[in-house]
Amino acid sequence: MKRLLLAFLFTFVSAGPAGAALKIQSWTLANGAKVLFVENHTIPVLDISVEFDAGSRRDPKGKAGAAELTNAMLARGVRESTTPYAEPAMTEAQISDAIADVAAQRGGGAGGDRAGASLRTLSSRAERDASITLLSRILAHPSFPDNFLERDKARMISAIKEDETKPESIANKAFWRLLYGSHPYSQYPTVPSVEAVTRDDLVAFHAAHYVANRAVIAMIGDITRTEAEAIAQQLTARLPQGAPLPSMPLVEAVPATEERIPHPATQAHLLTGMPAIVRGDPDYFPLIVGNYSLGGGGFVSRLTREVRDKRGLSYSVYSYFNPMAQPGPFTAGLQTQKEQTDEALKVVRDTVAAFLRDGPTPQELKAAKDNLIGGFALRIDNNRKILDNIAAIGFYNLPLDYLDTWTAKVEKVTIADVKEAFQRKLALDKMSTVIVGNAK
Amino acid sequence: MLGHRIKPVPYFIRAEIMKFRIALLLSVSLLGFLPVATQAADAQEFMLKNGMKVIVKEDHRAPTVAHMIWYKAGSMDEHNGTTGVAHALEHMMFKGTRTLKPGEFSQRVAALGGRENAFTSKDYTGYYQQIEKSKLEKVMALEADRMANLVLDKEEFSREIRVVMEERRWRTEDQPIPLVYEALNATAFIAHPYHHPIAGWMSDLQNMTVQDAKAWYERWYAPNNAVMVVTGDVDAKQVLALAEKHFGKIPRKAVPVTKPQEEPPQRGIRRVTVKAPAENPYVVLAFKVPALRDVEKDDESHALDVLAAILDGYDNARLNAKLVRTDRVANSAGAGYANIARGPVLFLLDGTPAAGTTTEQLEKLLRAEVTRIANEGVSEQELKRVKAQLIAGQIYKRDSIFGQAMEIGTMEMAGLSHTKIDRIIDKLKGVTAEQVKAVAQKYFGDDALTVATLVPLPITEKKAPAAPKGLRH
Repeated sequence: MKRLLLAFLFTFVSAGPAGAALKIQSWTLANGAKVLFVENHTIPVLDISVEFDAGSRRDPKGKAGAAELTNAMLARGVRESTTPYAEPAMTEAQISDAIADVAAQRGGGAGGDRAGASLRTLSSRAERDASITLLSRILAHPSFPDNFLERDKARMISAIKEDETKPESIANKAFWRLLYGSHPYSQYPTVPSVEAVTRDDLVAFHAAHYVANRAVIAMIGDITRTEAEAIAQQLTARLPQGAPLPSMPLVEAVPATEERIPHPATQAHLLTGMPAIVRGDPDYFPLIVGNYSLGGGGFVSRLTREVRDKRGLSYSVYSYFNPMAQPGPFTAGLQTQKEQTDEALKVVRDTVAAFLRDGPTPQELKAAKDNLIGGFALRIDNNRKILDNIAAIGFYNLPLDYLDTWTAKVEKVTIADVKEAFQRKLALDKMSTVIVGNAK
Repeated sequence: MLGHRIKPVPYFIRAEIMKFRIALLLSVSLLGFLPVATQAADAQEFMLKNGMKVIVKEDHRAPTVAHMIWYKAGSMDEHNGTTGVAHALEHMMFKGTRTLKPGEFSQRVAALGGRENAFTSKDYTGYYQQIEKSKLEKVMALEADRMANLVLDKEEFSREIRVVMEERRWRTEDQPIPLVYEALNATAFIAHPYHHPIAGWMSDLQNMTVQDAKAWYERWYAPNNAVMVVTGDVDAKQVLALAEKHFGKIPRKAVPVTKPQEEPPQRGIRRVTVKAPAENPYVVLAFKVPALRDVEKDDESHALDVLAAILDGYDNARLNAKLVRTDRVANSAGAGYANIARGPVLFLLDGTPAAGTTTEQLEKLLRAEVTRIANEGVSEQELKRVKAQLIAGQIYKRDSIFGQAMEIGTMEMAGLSHTKIDRIIDKLKGVTAEQVKAVAQKYFGDDALTVATLVPLPITEKKAPAAPKGLRH
């Protein structure tokens, strides 16, 4: 489920702003940290995220879950330090209370590619300084207390076991496993892999990945450029320099398979797809424009029309591209009453096949562009959305004018572009399928 | 309010990852240190001649608008045999009018670049679009059209009711925790219609007809039973003019009054067990407590709200600190008090026990935390921390015009004026440690308590035959 949520999040993020006057300022610190900043004084709030190449694809072999545990434990305690500042140790309770006292909100997490922490704080000086100092210390000086590690592992294992009973999670894990073979994207935390994680693993993972020279800082809110520069320094002053990370294995083509897993739920959950697209791929725009017509446009997509409107087979049916650092998946999915699984699968495959063969109609292309371009303003109309966008631009090295040129790039897409891009990235006979709930 | 993470989840026409949090508070009175320029404008309220209320909150941060039509008709207005009809009709609202073909509503909103959805809860049904500001009139015209001119076609209904049943399977039948809440409500409320799930019982859905949906539409969909909420980059006077133009001509209807169906006093603890495929057990305790009916007078409700925040309003609040972090008897523990509702409300304590703890033990441990407050009270520091977050929450929520519109609508549907939103904050700020202690002493006995427990079944085991659901307790 985690991956599914992130997939959605990142897909939407990728479709960022343009046209509007969103001025992104960007600079690199002497320590190598990259900063993206949008100055906005309309509400007295500052939003910050700090991210690293520390997602689950960096999990040590056999220890899936280490990236997630490292991230989750950042605020379980910070150690005493002497450089660059003399600062006392703090317990988890002290950190939490200190954040609550200034009414800041801490977020973050670990996805497939990135991991980090975020902060929403009042922009008034006292609150801002206190919360940013805490965030800096959490990122740089986590103490990873042993007893809390045991507790967090137990909770994570309990959550994994819970997930193993849920058809959606079972399907999702099997899907990534089928698509990615031996690549780290195929890995997910299991009871043994979490049990194998030790405190030393967390310390080593943190030291190798939470480093100044790979930090990406995104900020939007009620501060000046000068203040933003000082904050970026403050956020990374405690972080070490990291050695280069090993290169990741390539995503290799895996033969298409179909896996059916029995489950007593009333509905079957179906996912079908294949690895498809990296961030920054020039096919990105034709793919998102085309996918709007195929299965991304909610009520107006072909999949919804065929599966839901015409046949009443499912409440939710969708498709999306999830661009990642390495080829992320194209996914089409639905849930349906078990007895009608095969019928639904056939409709999905036929719909995808027809789209691959013919591409969108002129009316569909126009509808897709109207929606994507007309709705662009909604993608950047608050701080949270802008933060998500600029964090992705920073992490994936997308051009700084990515949002400014977004609508123009959508506008340019032709039917031929969509068809060619879909045919380059997808093939029905390479798509793997998982069905949970209808074993036969 | 703060940290009330246990919330009734409304049903949506369309699955999407909706992460909005309905912050129940909205502010115009800001902290003293903020520059005047950053203060938000007051929402303005108008009444059309046909009785439709229009509430507009201008917010010029970005060139977008949230447009919502709320109908005061939810699952609590349904009758036995046709439970779920409010939600089924919500689905049918997308299936065509005298001038629009089925699905055309959504096509038009999409062509405008809009995002849309609809939601049904116990108390109300709502429809919304988020759009670039120049498109407001067009979506308003669409909403006005389907308020008056909906066409309910038998064939469309027979297909859509299957979708509705799939939605129920997906959200409830196959989900252990929602099954527990369904059983909890059916047990805690015997006479009051909160007894019934928003989705309706499956048998009622199977037997629902297009006439049921039609009767519902004719009964409740009227301008005098609706509230328009618009937030964003608009001029309030212009919004009023547009509302007059598009909704002003829709005639008023005689809208029935849902009888009070007051829940009789509970005379002793009630327990219900749900067996479902799951790994971890789960327990939720529901105490009948007062709702917020009068912002000025209902001090106990405000005190209960603060109590919930002290138990579960921030990371290191009491339940998490003690049961999850220190004693490690729970994998999660929470408290919830959604006090803004048309009907009776519950104060909830819930949790998943850690390995080695039973649900019976966790039940006692959760209650012990309330008892500790009843005996020893709360510290000034905790109160201060909770209030600091209330004040900041007023500012944070201004990042989202959508969230602000949801908040206004939720208040109005419960019969509380949106103009009281600030007063709630003032009243919460005034809650004392003694008041918190007093409500902890008063409302957490056995007699008005319902406990619902999830007993996990292995997924390999064949599912228990579905019992008639109305008889769960």
